[in-house]
Amino acid sequence: MSTTLYDKIGGEAAVNAAVDIFYRKVLADDRINRFFEGVDMEKQAAKQKAFLTVAFGGPNKYTGEDMRRGHAHLVAKGLNDSHFDAVMEHIGATLTELNVPGDLIAQAAAIAESTRNDVLGK
Amino acid sequence: MAKVRFDGHTYECGAQQSVLDALTAHGAPIPSSCRQGVCQACLMQALCGQPPAQSQNNLKDTLKEQNYFLACSCYPESDLTVALPDQIKARAKATVRGVDVLNAEIVRVRLYCPLPLDYRAGQYINLFRDETLMRSYSLASVPGSDADLHLHVRRLPQGRVSGWIHEELRAGDEVDISAAMGGCFYVPGNDEQGLLLIGTGSGLAPLYGILRDALQRGHRGPIKLYHGSRSAQELYLVDELRELAARHGNFVYTPCVSGADVPPGFAPGRATSVALAGTPNLTGWRAYLCGHPDMVNASKKQAFLAGASMKDIYADPFVLSGA
Repeated sequence: MSTTLYDKIGGEAAVNAAVDIFYRKVLADDRINRFFEGVDMEKQAAKQKAFLTVAFGGPNKYTGEDMRRGHAHLVAKGLNDSHFDAVMEHIGATLTELNVPGDLIAQAAAIAESTRNDVLGK
Repeated sequence: MAKVRFDGHTYECGAQQSVLDALTAHGAPIPSSCRQGVCQACLMQALCGQPPAQSQNNLKDTLKEQNYFLACSCYPESDLTVALPDQIKARAKATVRGVDVLNAEIVRVRLYCPLPLDYRAGQYINLFRDETLMRSYSLASVPGSDADLHLHVRRLPQGRVSGWIHEELRAGDEVDISAAMGGCFYVPGNDEQGLLLIGTGSGLAPLYGILRDALQRGHRGPIKLYHGSRSAQELYLVDELRELAARHGNFVYTPCVSGADVPPGFAPGRATSVALAGTPNLTGWRAYLCGHPDMVNASKKQAFLAGASMKDIYADPFVLSGA
């Protein structure tokens, strides 16, 4: 039985460890934190967790259409590639902080990258 | 096969079927989104029976204690009676024992319930002026040690309920109240953890309850309470809190004044700023934030950025995600 990326990274425990670190980086980043102003932090953290679960290759039922619908209001506010790049940076930095090996970080980054066009409504 | 009772109906829950699927298959209107235990849109509460641990994964401790669970990841092994978070509207009668002046704007209402109310210090109840007019007030009393329910009510300009409480409510009056709600309370089990309590105005009410609950349950970690207002006159229970601090070595009380006139014994500045200057690294701490929504939201973010985990930040008023 082959071990999935999600298992190798550490499964749900890894997502739980990552979500606070990741969200803290996002909120502290002046390039992107305006997109998170005025939202309920707990609901937002739950969404971040869902996103990290996707990026880590974990079980999810999100479709490209969900990603488009979920981010349309942010695209209307100017969400673009530079902001997506910033989030990608934070995913990498979060996993590095958690001592995840580089090849697994690259795989997670590739999955996150694959959502770019849907997130940005392209 | 486990039976699930919801809203007066009984549903059969198959072996591989979640409570969410069992209910929605028969048209019960349960909100849901991710269906995999992440988004918490399908949050429900078990009124009878114990939900499986798996269905409470990653819920806040205070929600777990109240038997909240996620319907999508709940595969019950025994019968459950369940409700949506906003369906719990039980009403009770209470008698006013007294209305005490705490300062120029805030009174303490003491209520006696003939049928003891099941609550935790820091939760809130709705107090009804009439059938349709009610407001939520936090519980400053501690079950078991205070005989009555204590509410701190600030008089608001044109407040239809707070004005009525301040001007008309008298000892002996009978009022309707709801069951206790909310997840801003002390959870035993981690008694070395640091507790940071920040409140403004009558936001002291839940903190006063949580603080005394924690002390009575033998909490040993540091407990720091910061109560803020514009002037020293707008703070209250100052002497009582100073006295508690003198009796408990692990409790520090800091009254904060954001206005210009700061008397000796009071810290200058806003409560959250003073608190974070005193404890800049909140990694591993639990924070309780109560008061004006703008202050609560700003403080939530500051506490999180200072290192507190999202699961350890409790705010009043409590908002159920997805509800």
